[in-house]
Amino acid sequence: MAAKPRVKIPKSAAAGDIITVKTLISHKMESGQRKDGDGNPIPRDIINTFTCTFNGKPVFSCDMDPAVSANPYFEFKAKITEAGTFTFTWVDDAGEVTEMTKDIALK
Amino acid sequence: MNKSKRQFLSRTLGVSAGMAVTALLGSSRALASVEDVQKAVDEFSGGKTPAEGVVTLTTPEIAENGNSVPISVSVDSPMSEDDYVESVMILAEDNPSALVATFHFSPASGEAVASTRMRLARTQNVLAVAKMSNGDVYSATNNIKVTIGGCGG
Repeated sequence: MAAKPRVKIPKSAAAGDIITVKTLISHKMESGQRKDGDGNPIPRDIINTFTCTFNGKPVFSCDMDPAVSANPYFEFKAKITEAGTFTFTWVDDAGEVTEMTKDIALK
Repeated sequence: MNKSKRQFLSRTLGVSAGMAVTALLGSSRALASVEDVQKAVDEFSGGKTPAEGVVTLTTPEIAENGNSVPISVSVDSPMSEDDYVESVMILAEDNPSALVATFHFSPASGEAVASTRMRLARTQNVLAVAKMSNGDVYSATNNIKVTIGGCGG
């Protein structure tokens, strides 16, 4: 996939807090609509799924279509009830998975 | 010309232009039609007609760059174990393909809020349809003016 992800979450939160999660990954998100210099269509090549789990439980996910912009950005919320680890995954059309984890402590 | 006539004409022209292009080039590129959008919404909602309210769709009035249009959706819900937002589907009615993205939430989300950036081919309506854990369906529609289209055509 050759994609690099970046994730922003607070380092800690109090139990019951709802935090903001921001994620960004570098990816062309080739929609399949463009044509190259010779007029041949450039094939589709996108990240089609993003998921976020916390301590193994699903928090947020997105089924992505070619209309999601290049370098997909997501901002969403997560309710913190305990300390733990967020796991973020991005899956592309070829089935390649990029994964990233981030820990959060309880205040 | 009133709005619905203009919409009807632009959709009809769009569909027939799309079909002509398809016939000429043999490619599968046609514009999304009203039927495509309706079918996608029906499949998502289980045939229910979405009600108004509850969903707040935030988009710019004018998108300078159709390649990256910010979109934010927020659905009013307690997000408790027995009353939460399951999914929100985003559609762009006049893109080559109407479906933009589908967000999935859970009670662990805390709030049913999500933002991303999307590509819009031209000025059009963008629709957010929310499906709740109890099967209720709501939607909101915004019109976004696009000065430079973002679908690479």
